Amino acid sequence: MDLSRAQVPHGLVHVIAERCKQCDFCISYCPVDVLEYSEDTNSKGHHFPVVAAGKEQACVFCRFCDLICPELAIFTSESQADASDG
Amino acid sequence: MVKLHAARPPPTPRLLSGARFMQGDHACAEGALAAGLDFFAGYPITPSTEVAERLSDRLPAVGGRFVQMEDELGSIAAIIGASAAGARSLTATSGPGFSLMMENIGLAAMMELPIVVVNVQRASPSTGLPTMVGQSDILQARWGSHGDYGVIAYCPDSPQECFDLTFEAFNAADRYRVPVFVLMDEVVGHMAERVVIPEPGILSIRVRKGPRQPPGKEPFLSYAPDDDLVPPIAHAGEGYKVHMTGLTHDERGYPITDAGVHHKLVTRLVDKVRKHADQILMTEEFMLDDADTVLLAIGCTSRSARHAVRMARAQGRHWGLLRPKTVWPFPSDRVRELAASGRVRQFVVPEISLGQLRREVERLTRMPVINITHAGGAMPTPEQILEAVES
Amino acid sequence: MSIPVEANISLVDKHPADDLLRADRFPHILCPGCGIGTVIHTYVRAIMESGVDPDRHVCVSGIGCSGRAAGYVNVDSYHATHGRALPFALGIALHKPDLVVTVISGDGDLTAIGGNHFIHAARRNINLNVICINNFNYGMTGGQTGPTSPKGARSPTAPDGNQDHPFILPHLAHAIGASFVSRWTVLHVRQFQEAVLRMMEKDGFCFTEVLAPCPTSFGRPNNFAQGLHEMEMYRDRCHIENGVSRMSDLQIDIMDPDWPIIVGNFVDVERGSYGEHA
Repeated sequence: MDLSRAQVPHGLVHVIAERCKQCDFCISYCPVDVLEYSEDTNSKGHHFPVVAAGKEQACVFCRFCDLICPELAIFTSESQADASDG
Repeated sequence: MVKLHAARPPPTPRLLSGARFMQGDHACAEGALAAGLDFFAGYPITPSTEVAERLSDRLPAVGGRFVQMEDELGSIAAIIGASAAGARSLTATSGPGFSLMMENIGLAAMMELPIVVVNVQRASPSTGLPTMVGQSDILQARWGSHGDYGVIAYCPDSPQECFDLTFEAFNAADRYRVPVFVLMDEVVGHMAERVVIPEPGILSIRVRKGPRQPPGKEPFLSYAPDDDLVPPIAHAGEGYKVHMTGLTHDERGYPITDAGVHHKLVTRLVDKVRKHADQILMTEEFMLDDADTVLLAIGCTSRSARHAVRMARAQGRHWGLLRPKTVWPFPSDRVRELAASGRVRQFVVPEISLGQLRREVERLTRMPVINITHAGGAMPTPEQILEAVES
Repeated sequence: MSIPVEANISLVDKHPADDLLRADRFPHILCPGCGIGTVIHTYVRAIMESGVDPDRHVCVSGIGCSGRAAGYVNVDSYHATHGRALPFALGIALHKPDLVVTVISGDGDLTAIGGNHFIHAARRNINLNVICINNFNYGMTGGQTGPTSPKGARSPTAPDGNQDHPFILPHLAHAIGASFVSRWTVLHVRQFQEAVLRMMEKDGFCFTEVLAPCPTSFGRPNNFAQGLHEMEMYRDRCHIENGVSRMSDLQIDIMDPDWPIIVGNFVDVERGSYGEHA
């Protein structure tokens, strides 16, 4: 499995884990509840957002998690049906 | 063929070459224009208002920007901002306004944005005597903002020097990237004398040292000094993406909380002036070669002092005058040299202050320093100087 | 501690907006749940969509948490003294009128210590875009009462609750002649970005108040201990009313749970910016 890119139907979620301060905005305001906290923490001790189990196909690429993030620690890209690396 | 309509008056030139009868405040404004003034922001205050009034007419006519601000805090901030965008910028004020500007004078020093501030000194403290002369902002000009930093201050003694030294002030500000003051006084500002403004091509304007790299590739280090301690400057809109802050900053301009960086930065701000003092210093010496009594005076008071020297010489006494045209940096070495000459036996410091200038002389010599003072509103006369020395 | 690879996430080290950030300075100094980072984010997004070369954008801030904004955006940026961001920006804007100059600063910086410059920059209609981050207190110094602190709000300088009346910032901006006036919150991030874009394209003095959580300093003593709590309050109580008919209706009482907060674009008029007729 390619661990650096998890594919969902409409949007791909990308996280810069080291920037996250665990404010919860992205998780709370995701309209389709795609995100949850990671089990592990970044070097400052913050849990960062990851795609929740079973939500891999749920992101609707609304970009709200990106726009609202005060840390510029998360963004989404539009997923292509046959998306591949590169 | 007869012309029926008078031609439109020709546009006023930036450099008003020729000899004119002009008051010091106006000559100061003309000196700024000659130096390439782009931007003036100010707030009316006696006795400096004529500088602003003249520039409100003259500066827009030559393509510059004049703005009357809401207060002196805004005026000084505006000229620092304009300097950040590359403008040769000026404000003019007097004691109360100068006090209000102090915090941002520190900002200009810390950001190393060149500015020129004219202070036409009046009798102080507080509102004091707004229309009457003072010279008691000397130490404030040097030490007024919190912390250590270097400044340059010129003290003209005539309308001609108001022109000459204001011109010089802009070159010095751009050369060293420090706040530069023109410390006039009400007498010099309001007296009118012959002022000769040179023909075009005589005065040379120093251009700010810019980056030696094109924008956009490597990050530009706004605060990496050359050997002369002065970093090249990039302005807003030139593509270098500078960051400037009053916080202690690294060479990139980014804030850094570090005592070592702070010490190095502030030391350089002071050393920029201290280590170039011999290049910056301007003095006039009058009958000093054989003098045993040295008068040291600035601005309008030096005119009384010069006359007192002539009167003393007429009585066969060996008096001379040392006149700092730059009060900051102070001509300390020259004072020490005179004190050590074996010929000089006393210093005489007339001033419109209760001893600010005397302190500077006293800290350089253990010789007697006779201080002729007035708190403001009047200046020591030549007779008073002679009398004080005799008694 | 190294970051473990999670199964369901793409871990990257660069954000698409990073070219417009001083990314080497991230993570920034602002607290978890603080809204100022979202304002910085919105500003750089607006730059990207403005169609104006970033080299022609300039950001000026004053002092305080909001004043740190200028230090994180990768355009020519200036961190001026407390209260003096506006006249500093005025100097830039008047000397180089082709630049798009945006002031990002706090409510205390712009309307308390800098209040005189605020009213006069608006009166003159200087071509500036002002993003006033209102977090209802002086955050950097520990949460003291400021010019927008609600009546009754507790702070280190108002232990029994603030007795002063807060400014209604859009009402004030309108009264002093701003050409564009809006209020949004960092929750209304899309509308806020549109307002910033509108300011960038519009001449004259443009003003947007943006409400932002300050959980650390304002929030803790006032029942908004997390940024999210204040965001939820925005969600529950904000009403969008563009072109509101009475500016005095824009008063905010965030201590009253039933008090509606009106957000929107309220004023967009042409007055002829400063020096246009010179």
